[in-house]
Amino acid sequence: MTGAEIAFVVIGVAAVVGAFRVVTARNVVRAALYLVVTLSAVAGVYLLLAAEFVAWVQILIYVGAIVILFLFGLMLTKAPIGREALDNQRRGVAFLVALSVLGGLIYLIQGAFDWDAARIDPVEGSVAAVGSSIFSRFVLPFEVISFLLLAALIGAIVLSRKEDRP
Amino acid sequence: MIRLPLVLFLSAALFSTGVYGVLARRNAVLVLMSIELMLNAVNINLVAFGAALHDLTGQVFALFVITVAAAEVGIGLAIVILIYRNRATINVDEVNLLKW
Repeated sequence: MTGAEIAFVVIGVAAVVGAFRVVTARNVVRAALYLVVTLSAVAGVYLLLAAEFVAWVQILIYVGAIVILFLFGLMLTKAPIGREALDNQRRGVAFLVALSVLGGLIYLIQGAFDWDAARIDPVEGSVAAVGSSIFSRFVLPFEVISFLLLAALIGAIVLSRKEDRP
Repeated sequence: MIRLPLVLFLSAALFSTGVYGVLARRNAVLVLMSIELMLNAVNINLVAFGAALHDLTGQVFALFVITVAAAEVGIGLAIVILIYRNRATINVDEVNLLKW
């Protein structure tokens, strides 16, 4: 095991523990804060894979914007506290389904890739390289996604406006 | 030097945790959080395969997925707040207007 792998395992364990607490926490605000742990750990994984720009975008958009949006949503909907209020009755079935998904994925992955041959040599992920890739090969998807953001902005305003105002 | 299956195992673990959250939670905001976990698992896969294949396309697609996730959370929370305003609950098993 190399040093990068040891760092990866530590960060990955933090991510999985945080994710587990997100789906089992009995307090919704704590679930949102554990989501911060998971998202930051995923940003660390991106840094280890040399995807520098994606890592900072992850911190800015996910930890900075989306989690704040979640906290606002929790604040505005008066979420209750307690296991029965937050989980439904079919936890066991859900656990079995998730476990079979995990088992299937692990079976497929260890069958598809050679454990010692498939290695990642991180490529250069600088902002300049990613930017020139976006603006040379992916111009049309970039424009489409900015249009999608505009549509989502207008849609959110229209949805959350009060009805009685014209 | 990181082994590729190690990264894929992390991604699989995050994805199945998200699946459990989507199925087991009844609060709509927590369901949205679990969907974010699944999207993050997909992003890890995209970046890992991009790094393994020495191609920046994976990172670009991860950025696109992050953008779509931001739009999804904005619209989703607007819908959740609207449901709360109309029905005074956001438990997904009590909102059954469309149930046959």
